[in-house]
Amino acid sequence: MTRDPVLTFTDRGIFCPAGGFFVDPWRPVDRALITHGHADHARPGHARYLATEAAAPVLHHRLGDITLETVAYGATLRIGDALVSFHPAGHVPGSAQIRIEVAGEVWVVSGDYKVVADGLSEPFEPVRCHSFITESTFGLPVFRWPTQADVAARLNQWWRESVAEGVTPVLGAYSLGKAQRLLAMLDPAIGPILTHGAVESTTEVLRRQGYALPDTVHVTPETKGTDHPGALVLAPPSALGSTWARRFGKVSGGFASGWMQLRGVRRRRAVDRGFVISDHADWTGLLWAIEQTGAENIYVTHGYTDVFTRYLNDSGWNAAVVRTEYEGETTESESAE
Amino acid sequence: MKRFAQLFREIDGSTKTTVKVAALADYFRDAPETDRLWTVALFSGRRPRRATTTTRLREWAAERAGLPLWLLEESYAIVGDLAETIALLLPPGESVDDSGLTFWINALRDISNVSEEDRKDFIHRAWDQLGTTERFLFNKLITGGFRIGVSQKLMTRALAQATGRDEAEMAHRLMGNWTPETTSWHELIEAENSAADASRPYPFYLAYGLDTEPKALGPPEDWRAEWKWDGIRGQLVLRDGSHFLWSRGEELITDTFPEFARAIDFVPDGTVLDGEIMVWTAEGPQSFNALQKRIGRKTVSKKLLTDAPVELCAYDLLEEHGTDIRDQPFAERRTRLERLLADLPRDAPLRLSPPVDFGTWEDLARIRKGAREATAEGLMLKRADSPYLAGRKKGDWWKWKLDPLTIDAVMIYAQSGSGRRANLFTDFTFAVWNGNDLVPFTKAYSGLSDEEFREITAWVRRNTRQKFGPVRQVTPEHVFEIAFEGIQRSTRHKSGVALRFPRMARWRRDKPVQEANTLDDLKEMLRQYG
Repeated sequence: MTRDPVLTFTDRGIFCPAGGFFVDPWRPVDRALITHGHADHARPGHARYLATEAAAPVLHHRLGDITLETVAYGATLRIGDALVSFHPAGHVPGSAQIRIEVAGEVWVVSGDYKVVADGLSEPFEPVRCHSFITESTFGLPVFRWPTQADVAARLNQWWRESVAEGVTPVLGAYSLGKAQRLLAMLDPAIGPILTHGAVESTTEVLRRQGYALPDTVHVTPETKGTDHPGALVLAPPSALGSTWARRFGKVSGGFASGWMQLRGVRRRRAVDRGFVISDHADWTGLLWAIEQTGAENIYVTHGYTDVFTRYLNDSGWNAAVVRTEYEGETTESESAE
Repeated sequence: MKRFAQLFREIDGSTKTTVKVAALADYFRDAPETDRLWTVALFSGRRPRRATTTTRLREWAAERAGLPLWLLEESYAIVGDLAETIALLLPPGESVDDSGLTFWINALRDISNVSEEDRKDFIHRAWDQLGTTERFLFNKLITGGFRIGVSQKLMTRALAQATGRDEAEMAHRLMGNWTPETTSWHELIEAENSAADASRPYPFYLAYGLDTEPKALGPPEDWRAEWKWDGIRGQLVLRDGSHFLWSRGEELITDTFPEFARAIDFVPDGTVLDGEIMVWTAEGPQSFNALQKRIGRKTVSKKLLTDAPVELCAYDLLEEHGTDIRDQPFAERRTRLERLLADLPRDAPLRLSPPVDFGTWEDLARIRKGAREATAEGLMLKRADSPYLAGRKKGDWWKWKLDPLTIDAVMIYAQSGSGRRANLFTDFTFAVWNGNDLVPFTKAYSGLSDEEFREITAWVRRNTRQKFGPVRQVTPEHVFEIAFEGIQRSTRHKSGVALRFPRMARWRRDKPVQEANTLDDLKEMLRQYG
């Protein structure tokens, strides 16, 4: 007798037949388990949601009045014939990998993840499994992240230099995750930190939750560029070079993303400073995570899927590409992170 | 290498011209002289002899990184720059070496004489000793092509700042056939009567495209017009009994076009002409397509010389009897040019680009409409009293090109870009209808805004029907207006046509797929303009 696999890949998302639920589906479904709050993973329109307690406030903030059940990291729930638990993915505050066990066989959906601690998100915990579903946003050996301490030093140096030259540093970063991670890296002794509304609202949600974030000043329509001398401005990437940013007079534009590793992308963004920092695992991080799971079967989703899968197969894993609608870290839009 | 790497980071890390120029000027003041000279050489497209092939370089890098070669190749396809790809995927280097740029260039020159095994050892050791940026620059010395956002214009400005000399003079000094092995910093930049190399061309004066109605230029009598030819710009230098032909990209192309050896029989020594190199047969001037057979040929057969003979269609005189006359007004230079080229026999490889006479701007607009029939791309407008400037300058010279040809086509394949467009779909194949089939006829890469590229990228991800390696077949749903400069018959393309400079002029969201143009429409264009 053949049994259904623990998870199947459908045109609505990743589905668990034994439990009757989807993980991060991209079309409306009855029951959705959500790894984290980014728009390509947590979409509107599902009847019921399940996520970690830590992810809940952001989900409510972004999706409004949804039917949301929460669970603590590490606690096991039974859904149908499946045992389900959430484990830290280290991607953004509240993000999780989802472990699903059916009749002794274990699969892990990792969502988006990074393996180094960022000082804010619950650090990544490897989960042993038979089959592991991994992203591959930066699944090429040219992606190797500098340490967070190095990037923080460069970031604060740029802030100091800009202030000394009489220009305002404006740093572009996605409003959930990256922005708060950067906040925690900035040295508030240099000056005040101003935030765009899109950044401020998410930051406030996380701050109320108890994440250690420095004080920020919300830029309102009344805020003048001269109100806060020596300030650094944190805004969504789309605000760089917009009329909104004009109030700050002469600015130095910065952008923080794993894509800043590539000179070509840096030049296309045409920013003054690119900071190589990502909430996704780099090449060595991906390989380390896969190794740690002890999994034999690897399913590769969004990113450099073909190349990464071929490399895994060459290196002795059983790897296959899975088509999803996750977008990873894009250099362009605010919606997909 | 550290000082050079610092310069590179300063230039590459800023989008502001003033910052780049200041960084370069500082470097030209305080770096060692030979390093400065090499930097000028590298940034003006001169490069040391290739120490090894890029094939070997890839193999040695993959070996050092402990990665399969195919993975390096895949990474290169996405990064778009081999030197950068290798610098990034090697294990992090130590950055312990303090040798300068010239040291590394000389060392690379010296290894061309050693065994391949020793060469590999040398390059592996170099990689281990250099930090990531230094390693990238070291690789660039081998692979060539220092395109790092420093134009010739920026460099001459920085040199002028650093030396207190005139910018145009600097531009002229950098032209020509020198290498750091044949000259010194002093000779090239500072020497009062620099033993001017006979081959040295003048910096080309380049025009901007006209972005207003010509009426805005003022009274028509202040202006001269001529056809804008569809060939390649060239400067013919006749000095010391020799001739030198330079392309606009400052390449010496004398040997590609042996026709000009005879120029000296028709005009005196000490003459420099600016003009258009074109294929010109008994039937008159030929399109760019005819010239393409000649470009890049190192050896030129008799048959090719008979089938596609070239001439210089001259439109300016820069040097007369050994005297630089670039500061004379255009009208005066033009009179002297006409005198010089008057009554040339038919077999001379030179001819005068005829003036296009006009009374009013309206007259000229009518004349412009006939440009395609004259095998021209449009008109050139030059102010009668303008001197011959160096580089691209606004105000005195304008290109007034014809509007491009356009056709509405359906996107059928998409491929992601490389380098600065690494994570976007930017390379598309377009098709027109032939009955119920879509026949691909061109690719296009440019013309959309970043926002549009982002939008189409997301759409391509969701609407891929099939993948062929890096190429995705997409649902035929979007219509784009493709603009192009010319159309030719082609046996290499399924559609039977090849376009010149195709690009996406507009995303026709308003047009359903069924209303895209047809193969018959293309064929009609070929009949009219081919």
